[in-house]
Amino acid sequence: MSTLIERPTAGPSNAAKPSLLSRLKPNLETLPTLAAVVIFVGMIIYGEIAYGRIVQANTISNLLINNAYLIILAVGLTFVILTGGVDLSVGAVIAISSLVGVMLANAGWNPAVVVVLMIAIGSAFGVASGILVQYFNVQPFIATLAMMFLARGLASMLSTTPERLADDSAIRSLSTEWKVIDGPKTNDLITTPNVLIAVLVVAVAFFVLHRTRLGRTVYAIGGSESSALLMGLPVVRTKLTVYVISGTLAGLAAVVYTSKLGIAQNITGVGWELDAIAAVIIGGTLLTGGAGFVLGSVVGALVLGLMNVLITRDGSIPPEATTIITGGILLVFVLLQRLVVSRRRKT
Amino acid sequence: MSQASSPSRGSVVTTIVRQPYIWAVVALVLLLVINLIKDPGYLGISVNSSTGNLSGNIIDILRASAPIMMIAIGMTLVIATRGIDLSVGSVMAVSGAVSMEFMSNSGDGSVGVAVTAAALALGVSALLGVINGVLVSVVGLQPFITTLVTMLAGRGLAKVITAGQNTSATNEPFRWIANGTVFGFPVVFVIGALIVAVVAVLVRRTALGLMIESIGINPKAARMAGIRPIGILIAVYIVSAVLAGIAGIFSTASVMTVEVAKTGLSSEMDAILAVVIGGTSLAGGKFSLTGSVIGALLIATLDKTIVFLSIPSSATPAFKAVVIVIICLLQSQRVRALFARRKAISTPTPPQSTPTRKETVSA
Repeated sequence: MSTLIERPTAGPSNAAKPSLLSRLKPNLETLPTLAAVVIFVGMIIYGEIAYGRIVQANTISNLLINNAYLIILAVGLTFVILTGGVDLSVGAVIAISSLVGVMLANAGWNPAVVVVLMIAIGSAFGVASGILVQYFNVQPFIATLAMMFLARGLASMLSTTPERLADDSAIRSLSTEWKVIDGPKTNDLITTPNVLIAVLVVAVAFFVLHRTRLGRTVYAIGGSESSALLMGLPVVRTKLTVYVISGTLAGLAAVVYTSKLGIAQNITGVGWELDAIAAVIIGGTLLTGGAGFVLGSVVGALVLGLMNVLITRDGSIPPEATTIITGGILLVFVLLQRLVVSRRRKT
Repeated sequence: MSQASSPSRGSVVTTIVRQPYIWAVVALVLLLVINLIKDPGYLGISVNSSTGNLSGNIIDILRASAPIMMIAIGMTLVIATRGIDLSVGSVMAVSGAVSMEFMSNSGDGSVGVAVTAAALALGVSALLGVINGVLVSVVGLQPFITTLVTMLAGRGLAKVITAGQNTSATNEPFRWIANGTVFGFPVVFVIGALIVAVVAVLVRRTALGLMIESIGINPKAARMAGIRPIGILIAVYIVSAVLAGIAGIFSTASVMTVEVAKTGLSSEMDAILAVVIGGTSLAGGKFSLTGSVIGALLIATLDKTIVFLSIPSSATPAFKAVVIVIICLLQSQRVRALFARRKAISTPTPPQSTPTRKETVSA
């Protein structure tokens, strides 16, 4: 799908040294990410002026707490999209993982075992997608679509009614609210273990992508897979790994989400893969792969989260229009990327 | 449907293109056999003596396959140009929302209102198709992301049109589209079959089909050969959107209600599945309309079978996943065999194909 646009860019001149190129032309490469940051700041300023009570500890805390799962998903998808692939299964993986987790926890299993199992379910789906993509040459889109169907169908076989996690379950303690700064009235800076998990995931992902061999291989594959192969990079292993990372993080997101809400259902997470993809794209990662930042994806996720907050605060925008606005923002960013790619081709 | 590229390799190409939908036919027969085992009278078709209508499970399957067939045909053409159209499900919802909203406001149940409603719905659908087509061909965005945007925005648009409500309307002529019969056959299936025939004649009796395929096989070479990709791409996305609009009318007319959050939800997946089952490669190029029709029939049969075997219908995706994986595996080995053969012809030593085959064995 991506070959049409990206191939001319991935000529021998820059594909061989993508990291050097990004250092030579930081403005062009980082432009979409910068735009996301600008929009995020702009939204905060606009929200503060128009509705008030945006720049305060309470709102910011809630923004992070409510979007911790989306940040984790977006980080996972960043890896996949950087290689030029896509993972559509993450939303459905969350459904099955959280459903299994809640049912086992209610059946009296050890919470620690349950959490590990929930993450392992995500990894298993990631391995399956990865094997289909890498060894059987199935397109990422269709392979992860199959996994999405499989996960959603299996979840529906388990239960079609909401399963409630017992309130005293140890898994729920992951969403205990810790007051970091005790502000006036309800204006506290709160954090939860979930937020810390998300921060940790982002930090590790940042380190892996920018400081390890695996990370550089991920960028190289996205730049030009054949060049990466000719350079002797472990393309097969890396492509498998990115799907495992994405699946595993989807499992982790399921843990975070379940602990926060305490309910799991077979229709949990419908369309979240699109939210996560939107977050990654808004954050400046090229859908064709090879360029992007994990921190950008975090900003992208926060832009989406803040947009929901603003729409709720405004009240005059019908909630039905939310997806139109998401689509509009996405379109603007994709057009921006297109501009960047065509500029880069000229230089 | 399949055209041999050269006489020497004609038989090879024919078998490769033909085989996928032979598997689909096998699967279709298998499903029907499963149903027959459960109920020996499953395939029976009875004729209502007073109205002359046919009824039976097969007729139900034909009725249910009509919307899937519509979007699958559109999707086939889009995929043949190396694209993908994720927005069809949302376009179905928009089309249903437009027609229902118009009919519930205009009141009387005349034929004129029904025709206007359908025309409006198809017009709006075509507009969405134009947006997709222009963004893909003129602006040069990837089809995946372009149609993802219209998918998100389209679902929102449908909700805005009906103010978020599930809108119902009463209009007998409109309802007839979904529930009426022609010579005993359901109207939806007759209309669907006619449209498939028209599209097939258009792409196979003119050069249009070849142009679409050439864009999918090699866009650069197609442009060099004097084919203008922009017009064809826009046309293909419009056709896909209009067919999705028709599918939207089909699926809302049977209940005369549009469920803005549900109508056409994940229909794009069904359409892609039907196309893949039908043997059209997602990498673009050669396409098979017959295969996609069989794929649509297979999906409709699968849906009905699952309900018939009293498995919860929400578990359907799992079975579809199994079908996708099996079909993909069948196709991928074939693609690989073709790849190895081509490689052997063009270069004396195939350095890459041997290790990948070993990996397949070990995996």
